[in-house]
Amino acid sequence: MKTESTRETFGNTLVELGKSNQNIVVIGADLNKSTFASLFGREFPERFFDVGAAEQNMMSIAAGLAFSGKISFVNTFAVFGTSRPHDQIRVGIAQAGANVKIVCTHAGITVGEDGISAQSIEDIALMCALPGVTVIVPADAPETAQAIKVAAREYGPFYIRLSRSSTPVIHSDGYSFQLGKGETVREGKDVTIFATGIMVATAVESANRLVFEGIECRVVNMATLKPLDEEIITRAALETGAIVTAEEHYMYGGLGSLIAQTVAKTHPVPMEVVAQDRYAESGKPELLLEKYGLSSADIEMAVQKVVRRKGA
Amino acid sequence: MKVPTTVSSPDMSLLDQYERQLLRRVAREVRRDILLTTFAASSGHPGGSLSETEILVSLYSKILRHDPKRPDWADRDRFILSKGHATPGLYATLANKGYFSRSELQGFRKINSLLQGHSKIGIPGVEMSAGSLGQGLSFGVGVALACRLDKRSYRTYVLLGDGECDEGQVWEAAMSASHYKVDTLTAIIDRNRIQNDRFVSQVMEIEPLAAKWKGFGWNVVRAQGHSFLSLQRAFLRAQQIKGRPTVIIANTTKGKGVSFMEDNPDFHGKPPNAQQFLQAMEEIGYKGRKMLDEMRKFGFSEQVMNHVWDTRTV
Repeated sequence: MKTESTRETFGNTLVELGKSNQNIVVIGADLNKSTFASLFGREFPERFFDVGAAEQNMMSIAAGLAFSGKISFVNTFAVFGTSRPHDQIRVGIAQAGANVKIVCTHAGITVGEDGISAQSIEDIALMCALPGVTVIVPADAPETAQAIKVAAREYGPFYIRLSRSSTPVIHSDGYSFQLGKGETVREGKDVTIFATGIMVATAVESANRLVFEGIECRVVNMATLKPLDEEIITRAALETGAIVTAEEHYMYGGLGSLIAQTVAKTHPVPMEVVAQDRYAESGKPELLLEKYGLSSADIEMAVQKVVRRKGA
Repeated sequence: MKVPTTVSSPDMSLLDQYERQLLRRVAREVRRDILLTTFAASSGHPGGSLSETEILVSLYSKILRHDPKRPDWADRDRFILSKGHATPGLYATLANKGYFSRSELQGFRKINSLLQGHSKIGIPGVEMSAGSLGQGLSFGVGVALACRLDKRSYRTYVLLGDGECDEGQVWEAAMSASHYKVDTLTAIIDRNRIQNDRFVSQVMEIEPLAAKWKGFGWNVVRAQGHSFLSLQRAFLRAQQIKGRPTVIIANTTKGKGVSFMEDNPDFHGKPPNAQQFLQAMEEIGYKGRKMLDEMRKFGFSEQVMNHVWDTRTV
């Protein structure tokens, strides 16, 4: 499958937006080359601020710019853009309702060799815990481009989570991202796999293999985690009677928790969560995904388990 | 540039005796309202509000180009309260200038009211949501950068506490302000020498403070924080400095004007009780009937007024 870098797409989309909208400003913290925000800086140096390795300052400066009429795009790695300046995001951006878009790359275990300090497996929980913040985890490059544009268009705080590695492209050019809506990427009647980010492509792979086991999986791409599409979750519970979630994140506070909360209050069905259950280690991304339970084989096992429970 | 008539323009001359008298009267009203609001709320931060009073009155009366009827006027000068707990002083000043009705002060810190415990965006005249220390100067850098991008001429003022300078983010912001050469940005430090627990020098020594700011590339001006003349001079000096930001280190007294609150760490975040309230009102010039009149106008019940009055004979 063809892969594309979501962070490079982020940089290119910023440049595109910057050309048509003078109010877009970009603030970074000494990682602009890695996030590709430097592309914007090259094109629009006067609207680009690299504040150095000072993430707290970055968030509050972004809020100051936003309350002066700018659309602030903040960028860094997920670990540095969510947990370190969480207080600045909470008071100055979420509580204030600032028009700040926090776009973080290098999320999750696939950061790989840099090890656990750099592997952000808590950021979805941290950002979903802030009232009023929209949280998007795009599955691939085309979805990233559209999510960035939606964030620029809609007023208010956004968190967009991207990866370091290139991501399989699952959407065609004609795809239209709907904010707050899950996207059914594959139909099925036996079980629904809700996935987010890089795990969407993995879930499709699992579903294709499970056909040979006689299991028809529905696969839903949950790119928007907040606001959550409760309707598509409830429908999946009703129609397929079993749910598996898959995310490149810690098992508490992420996609699995969000979906379980909805399923429990609308239509309880057997559920399995594919996610990390501990901090990992340094290593190659593919090997880490396998060792820490985030491979297509792990999704397949979870599906078989949940289908058995459903039949019991 | 056309300035609407309702806007108070900065007075470029120094203050004469008559103006100083007027400002002192406003300061006395602000102090009165700080005591009334914290007593009515049975909570809040009187100490740092009383120390910042002249700084706020000086800014809102003589320095800021602002229009209380148009709090979102694009060319207004911005005042950012970074020490976001010192809201009794800010709200009293904003009400005095007409940003909202003085009757709102009665609801301070109470449910279903406008005036939140810590300053919050959405309250007319409040520029930033604060309450977690150390964020205001960074916010001010962002505002000043936007001002430059938009080729506007407004100035940005940020008031910090001296204890707040413990926060690392203050120094991140200080470094970035001089890096970006935002000379429209002025920081004011309310140097009242007391933070929540104890005296600043006991908790975490911040001296040599002026040398620190100089080292970070700032122009440093010292002022007597309760002297309108000294503050006016400092603000006008800051406006003349080009190419770098200015910090005004304003020496103040925590709890200024109320003898038992002055230099007393206990009143950082504690409101006066009935007896203390009565004494405090007397000390700032509202004795006997005058105090009761103020309480009645503020909306206190007869019961509370009687309770306060009774503490006289205790």
